[in-house]
Amino acid sequence: MKVPLSRLAHTRSGDKGDAVNIGVIAWRDEHYALLLRELTPERILDFFRDRVRGPVERYELPNLAALNFLIHGALGGGGTVSLRTDAQGKTFGAALLALDIEVAPDDPPL
Amino acid sequence: MIRIANGQGFWGDWLEAPVRLVEQGPLDYLTLDYLAEVTMAILQKQRQRDPSLGYARDFPPLIGRLAASLRERGVAVLANAGGLNPVACAREVLRLAPGLKVAVVLGDDLTPRVGELLDKGHPMTNMDTGEPIEAIRDRILSVNAYLGAFPLAEALATGADVVISGRCADAALVCAPAIHRFGWRPGDWDRLAAGMVAGHIVECGAQVTGGNTQAGWEGLENLDEIGYPIVEMDPDGSFQITKHPRTGGLVNAHTVKEQLLYEIGDPSAYHTPDCIADFTSLRVRDAGPDRVRVTGASGAPATEFLKLSINYSAGWKAIGTLVYTWPQAVEKARAADRIVRRRLETLGLRFDEIYTEFLGLDACHGRAAPRVADPPEVQLRIGVRGPDRAAVDRFTRELIPLVLSGPPGATGYGEGRPAVREVVAYWPALLPRTEVQARIEVVE
Repeated sequence: MKVPLSRLAHTRSGDKGDAVNIGVIAWRDEHYALLLRELTPERILDFFRDRVRGPVERYELPNLAALNFLIHGALGGGGTVSLRTDAQGKTFGAALLALDIEVAPDDPPL
Repeated sequence: MIRIANGQGFWGDWLEAPVRLVEQGPLDYLTLDYLAEVTMAILQKQRQRDPSLGYARDFPPLIGRLAASLRERGVAVLANAGGLNPVACAREVLRLAPGLKVAVVLGDDLTPRVGELLDKGHPMTNMDTGEPIEAIRDRILSVNAYLGAFPLAEALATGADVVISGRCADAALVCAPAIHRFGWRPGDWDRLAAGMVAGHIVECGAQVTGGNTQAGWEGLENLDEIGYPIVEMDPDGSFQITKHPRTGGLVNAHTVKEQLLYEIGDPSAYHTPDCIADFTSLRVRDAGPDRVRVTGASGAPATEFLKLSINYSAGWKAIGTLVYTWPQAVEKARAADRIVRRRLETLGLRFDEIYTEFLGLDACHGRAAPRVADPPEVQLRIGVRGPDRAAVDRFTRELIPLVLSGPPGATGYGEGRPAVREVVAYWPALLPRTEVQARIEVVE
């Protein structure tokens, strides 16, 4: 079964220079393993590939049931240099909520 | 236990927030964070025009307004409002709030020493891009070191009612009162890390108390009177995040986790001037209504370097917009974009970048945005950036003519032609901490 990420997690994003970071936090701790399996750096890079260069680094926070993604080359120069509406990457986290997540039969129920 | 609040997440945050924090409940320390990454360069320009400026001008009137309440309730203030001119800021505070004791933290401003530091051979390589500092040497506007919490604590030890710093690590404003009150020392890595983690959680103000949250924002009906965050810090470094009773917003484990993960890289190595904090050992638990308990912070010694905030002039930019409506709004906007680009090319104008977005279609989310077949309206938004101010200025005259000479139905040009702005860019770098000497002055 496929569900949007928004069913499993919430997000917040912001800038670090020309990189954007997206914190992904499981609504329920028991879904952390599922996020860890599905949200690979490759999938994140593929999802944003029309607007970022990459690479994508992933950091794990099992203590918070959360992941942190650092996406490099994401903001058209970043900060005051960028010409983009979202020069600070504030909306990247919201965009990611639409990502399809495959939930397997033996995963914890939604 | 001491209560440390943050009433300002950036220069321009809600003016009422610090007043409400002081007057709506118990508090020991009020911190105010005014300095974003490029604020120093803006302040540098203001100081060049007028040597008595170069600080956050909203701050002295706020202290004037708050002085009686601060005294009555015994609340001390820590703010990085000093920018590039903490002493002038302190004098203005004393003019508007006579009788307060004000201490300033100096030593972060290395702008006058930039030539000396370069001649000494400090590479000051861009931490993000790896570029050598020579690339911008002639265009540097300001150089500031991020100071840590110990100079701020030393300033509190003078008995000051108000401590004003220039550039310091945002989180240090919160860590400093704990150092001062609990006697934490260098070497108390876990406790210092706890102070910095607490500072990180509250440094963006209401972004941890229900602002900008996906954790149930639809149910928050009272964001107009949102409570700003308060840290209740214990001597052992465990703390709770809360807000005053009967204020708006929400504090729970989810809002705290969102802010913990905001604008960070490796969560196991959050670098501060005083320690390296590890977020992967933290425990974050709900501990009652609008109350979250955070324990388990662990820290390691900081490196021998301090981070520098270098600002430099990076050319000029302008951004202009026009609105097109149904039918064929997107097609019209795309046609207009092609016309502008051809005209710029015909004029022989060169830019580092021309960037076009279609707001209402996919400007923020790109390919990830849901498809809309024929949207009711889109805003065409074209930006240009380059070293030649005249070229950027010429661009600003190329949008409005399309109202009469381009695709039908252009509107939304009421603000006139766009402004040309100087681009002040940020260059993060490292410098051995032995080059930086913080010092305290009491201004009376």
